Amino acid sequence: MGGLTRGYFIQRLLMFFLTIWIGVSLTFAIPRLSGSDPTTAMLLTMMNARGYVENADKIIAAYKESFGLNDPIGIQYIRYLWNVIHFDYGFSFAKFPAAAWSLVTPALPWTLGLLTVASVLSFIFGVTVGSLMGWRKTPRWLNNILPVSLTFTSIPYFMFGILLISIVAFKLHWLPATGGYSRDVNPGWNAPFIKDVLAHAIMPLISIVITSMGGWALGMRGLMIGVNNEDYFLLAQAKGLSPARVFFRYGIRNAILPALTAFALGIGSLIGGSILVEYIFAYPGTGYTLYRAIQEQDYTVIQTITNLIIIITATGVLILDLLYPLIDPRITYKKSVAS
Amino acid sequence: MAVVATNSNPKIASRRVSIWDSPWLNSKFVTGGVIIVLVLLFGLLGPLFWNTDLAFTASSPVNLPPVWDTGGDPAHPLGTESNGRDMLAQLVVAIPSSLKVGLVAASIGMAVGILLGSIAGYVGGWPDHIIRTITDSVITIPSLMVLIAITAYVKMTDTTAMALVLALFAWPGPTRLIRSQVLTLRERGFVRMALLSNVPALEIMLTEMVPNMLPWLAASLTGGISGAILGATGLEALGLGPTRVPSLGTIINNALRSSALVRGMVWWWLPPIIVLIVIFTAFFLMTIGLDEIANPRLRGYGNGK
Repeated sequence: MGGLTRGYFIQRLLMFFLTIWIGVSLTFAIPRLSGSDPTTAMLLTMMNARGYVENADKIIAAYKESFGLNDPIGIQYIRYLWNVIHFDYGFSFAKFPAAAWSLVTPALPWTLGLLTVASVLSFIFGVTVGSLMGWRKTPRWLNNILPVSLTFTSIPYFMFGILLISIVAFKLHWLPATGGYSRDVNPGWNAPFIKDVLAHAIMPLISIVITSMGGWALGMRGLMIGVNNEDYFLLAQAKGLSPARVFFRYGIRNAILPALTAFALGIGSLIGGSILVEYIFAYPGTGYTLYRAIQEQDYTVIQTITNLIIIITATGVLILDLLYPLIDPRITYKKSVAS
Repeated sequence: MAVVATNSNPKIASRRVSIWDSPWLNSKFVTGGVIIVLVLLFGLLGPLFWNTDLAFTASSPVNLPPVWDTGGDPAHPLGTESNGRDMLAQLVVAIPSSLKVGLVAASIGMAVGILLGSIAGYVGGWPDHIIRTITDSVITIPSLMVLIAITAYVKMTDTTAMALVLALFAWPGPTRLIRSQVLTLRERGFVRMALLSNVPALEIMLTEMVPNMLPWLAASLTGGISGAILGATGLEALGLGPTRVPSLGTIINNALRSSALVRGMVWWWLPPIIVLIVIFTAFFLMTIGLDEIANPRLRGYGNGK
């Protein structure tokens, strides 16, 4: 028994599509339920900016026609879902001839890079700190230091980012405050550029890692305390195995499994938090692009980024879910008993 | 709160050394609770001592530093910002509204969670299967992302609308928790006893199960409130909050848009951040304190209460 069974695979795949469908449908349904209309809203801002717009009602009608807003809601919804599936999000409202998609793609590598590194680092640090806190044999001095690392847990990522910018960048001038790279370096695979990108990434990275690791640490501490009392753990100690071996092979190895599930569930909020971090640091990723789209009321770009992030998150969760049975052979068995 | 513990088992309670031995007097829980009460009092009693009209644009001179800086004016002890708003008045108005958004959203989430969670855990079978699948799917949706997309379309006018939108994602956490609690409680002796005595399902739920889930429910509520405040603050910081009423996130948004960071106007962006950090820390302390009340094993070795 164990490994990746077909039933488990199908169930996870179903959840993957369900997640995307619910997320994408909410962003379609709620604005329409509320009766607000993006084209009118955009014309209003145009009017505010320029004082008067000629033939405003005709422009609204033309926009509605070209965006298909006159069709029945059911048709709109089906077309919307179809567009989501094959990544066709139409034109940008604000920079009209440009496709919304083309405004978002340059930002993707920045976000994916920052997020992957940040979430992996935060999970590794969190799990290490948490396991040490929950382990009975942890040296006392260490146990007094470790809780200090949880001090920042309840601070939102972006607020910690603001504090970092004001101290590290503006007071101490140690690191660049904002942006993804400086203007005077040449983008490409050369040493100065890579060094510059890393220097710009340090602060956003720190603000996410420091503030998010505490959550994993607390969960892991609880799991580790549970493992401490298990028979196999006591036996391993009684056999006189080295503390390091007991800690890693018998402690973490068993306690980490539920933590991995929590990690999969936490990806969504991590991504949400990182959007604000990018905005604070004017980091050239999707979060910052999103902020600019909000400023310009560029609804198609907002929609594109939202759908894209939903799909990326769901994919990340799906990959973790599919890897999970390989790490914990009990999981597929348990599922079949439960259902 | 100690009443709950003593009521449920009077015999043991009378044998206790004192009422101060109650698990509800967990130091983290009490500390967090006291901080929240203090913050709330600041917001509720503030209007009695300070003119809240100063929280609106052009009500005060612009860019005044706080009173302890050179050039500060005692009439505006925490200074003013570039649009002529008094910082102290803004905080007084913003604190209760932020807490209200959190409480309303989390309560709605909790109510939905109790309903769905108990159906899933109690009834089981296909309703359980459906509720669990949907809950697990919604939990992985990056909620802030969807909320941004929604609030970018629908301009928020007041805090209630904001709370309702946030409640969209406030229910999966409580639902999961309550389902798992109901599942374990259903197998316990006293619930089986009630079942055999033909007690109606609703009564079993309310009189047998809910009192036993109380610390978990409370932990889920405090966690939910701070989660909702976090979401609201994020939206407001991006400029998507209710524009008419000052809120903590909106102050941060105004400060960032007017480059208060570069201009060194610390008194503009730091106070809302400090208040929010205090609020989040307090709810965080309450949540882990309640976790320890609910699950004695988490109290750990030696560090006790």
